Amino acid sequence: MLLKLTFNSLYARLLTVGMTVFAISLSLMLYMSVEKLRTSAYISFTDTISQTDLIVGARTSSVQLLLYSVFRIGNATNNITWESYEDVINKKEVAWSVPISLGDSHKGFRVMGTNSEFFKRYKFRGGQSIELEEGNKLDDLYDVIIGAGVAEKLNYSVGTPLIVSHGLQSFSDHEDQPFKVSGILAKTGTPVDNTVIVSLEAIEAIHVDWSTGAKIPGQITPVEEIRQMDLSPKNITAALIGVNSKLQIFQLQRWINEYPEESLSSILPGVALQELWRIVGVVENLLLGISVTVIFTTLIGMTAIIFSSLNERRREMAIWRAMGASPKVVIGLLMLEAFIISVMSIIVSTVMLFLTLYVLQPWIDNTYGILVNIEMLSVKDIYIFMLFIIAASLVSLIPAVRAYWFSINDGMTIKI
Amino acid sequence: MEKSNLNEKTIQINSVKFHWSNKSKFKLHIPELSVDKGEKVLLLGESGSGKTTLLSLICGFLTPLSGKIQLNEKLINDLSATKRDQYRSDNIGIIFQQFNLLPYANVIDNILLPLYFSKLRSANISNQRETAISICKSLRLPEDVVNMKASELSVGQQQRVAVARALIGNPSLVIADEPTSSLDTDAQTIFLDLMFSQVASSNSTLLMVSHDKSLSSNFDRVIDMKNVSVKEQ
Repeated sequence: MLLKLTFNSLYARLLTVGMTVFAISLSLMLYMSVEKLRTSAYISFTDTISQTDLIVGARTSSVQLLLYSVFRIGNATNNITWESYEDVINKKEVAWSVPISLGDSHKGFRVMGTNSEFFKRYKFRGGQSIELEEGNKLDDLYDVIIGAGVAEKLNYSVGTPLIVSHGLQSFSDHEDQPFKVSGILAKTGTPVDNTVIVSLEAIEAIHVDWSTGAKIPGQITPVEEIRQMDLSPKNITAALIGVNSKLQIFQLQRWINEYPEESLSSILPGVALQELWRIVGVVENLLLGISVTVIFTTLIGMTAIIFSSLNERRREMAIWRAMGASPKVVIGLLMLEAFIISVMSIIVSTVMLFLTLYVLQPWIDNTYGILVNIEMLSVKDIYIFMLFIIAASLVSLIPAVRAYWFSINDGMTIKI
Repeated sequence: MEKSNLNEKTIQINSVKFHWSNKSKFKLHIPELSVDKGEKVLLLGESGSGKTTLLSLICGFLTPLSGKIQLNEKLINDLSATKRDQYRSDNIGIIFQQFNLLPYANVIDNILLPLYFSKLRSANISNQRETAISICKSLRLPEDVVNMKASELSVGQQQRVAVARALIGNPSLVIADEPTSSLDTDAQTIFLDLMFSQVASSNSTLLMVSHDKSLSSNFDRVIDMKNVSVKEQ
């Protein structure tokens, strides 16, 4: 009966209670959205590269190697020679490898030289392969494949001609050797989307008339002549390595790190990704802090609403007391109200969250490359909800105790 | 009306003293006051004379600073707060001046509310809903009123529902705090007649507070606050 009457009481104050539930639901939804985005961003981030056992580059820190080889952020401290690369991939532990050559750009997008293995071996989001949305692979020396982000932002399509610039912020273009878009990759939500991919030979080709980072004055080798040249790569920036057995990873890593001919670094992508996430995790904690503050503020708001209704409900409390309800029952009634409001808020916020995610999921994925999974509530979510209900009930103790004193002092004399 | 044994006291008050901690001027001292079982007593007094405070003491909402308050020969001012609440629930039906009902609950839930807190009163009734409807009929409330929200009733109907709630489960004492003050003269008469007949049929004692002396003729006895309380400085 108490539960029924509490529901009736809440229903009688539908507008106030409804707005309270809505306000709490919004803040809970904000918290859950941040939490969802946070975990999804983490998963998307750590899934930027998967099934690659080692990344090899010139001697540098693991985070820097990860940044330039996978995220195309920053520059390599040095290149590694093709001979060193061959020494590494000829090790019996190596199952496959993908060489990567970086350094040039196109309208702010990084140009990456690689070979056909890249399209076979580069995996993301737990093993997905990159796929061509339209067009063909790199059949010609001057073919490029562009990521979905490049195509969208530059409005390029298959057949669009493009010029590669030397370096990242150089005003020197390799205009004598224009490229043509041969294919556009499907969206991956990884840095591949913002990459212009050419062959390793193309990287060599555009640098034929260059020496030690500068164009040789007056030298312009005709394209037809370049096509006849031996364009085998001499240097690469990094290499993605897959091993035959996971047990061999550390053994190979140690061998590469101690390679005597050249200073090399080899990193475990998963470990480096975690390390990098810890660095950007400050923002994550900040978001979490904001969400918790919002929930706390809402709880205070709920208390204020219960508080403000107390005076007008003193008569109601007096009736309960006259019927034999102890002051503890009066406290219990208000706590029950807070409990119901918080449970209703949780239900509403969950529904609102899933509806919002359902609508926004494709947009978030396309815009930010974060795949927000719409899945059942996790144990952690339920734990948070339970904490919220306990917190709401405890916070409601403040007006409840006030009501307790009202009910003791009022007796049959209600001064309203 | 069948009067019960007059020697049996429903209320017995001796040397009760009370004052509010925040009202230094108001002091209530009642040397002696008793109400027999089955009696209909009107407690008259002007505003500020301490009528409602006395009712709060009898109901166990307040405890006296000294003295004894006995209900059905049980000393209630020595009981713990919880036991006083339970005793009130088991033995006293209360009718307020106005706003008697939970506005969001329907009539039947309002009437049955005391039974939720009192197993004793609940045990006195075999079918709670039928009993509530029967009392409503006796109080000449329309049949369809039981399922209506309390807030949808007229003031007169609300007061009659309050009587039904006070009487459900046959409590030994019914306390009414100026229940007719919000009714017009005709409605007052009808209301009092209905209340008296129901109180009589449940063999309860009635203590009603009013400042309206014209109601005196309807009661077995009239107690004036100024005759039972001693003014103290």
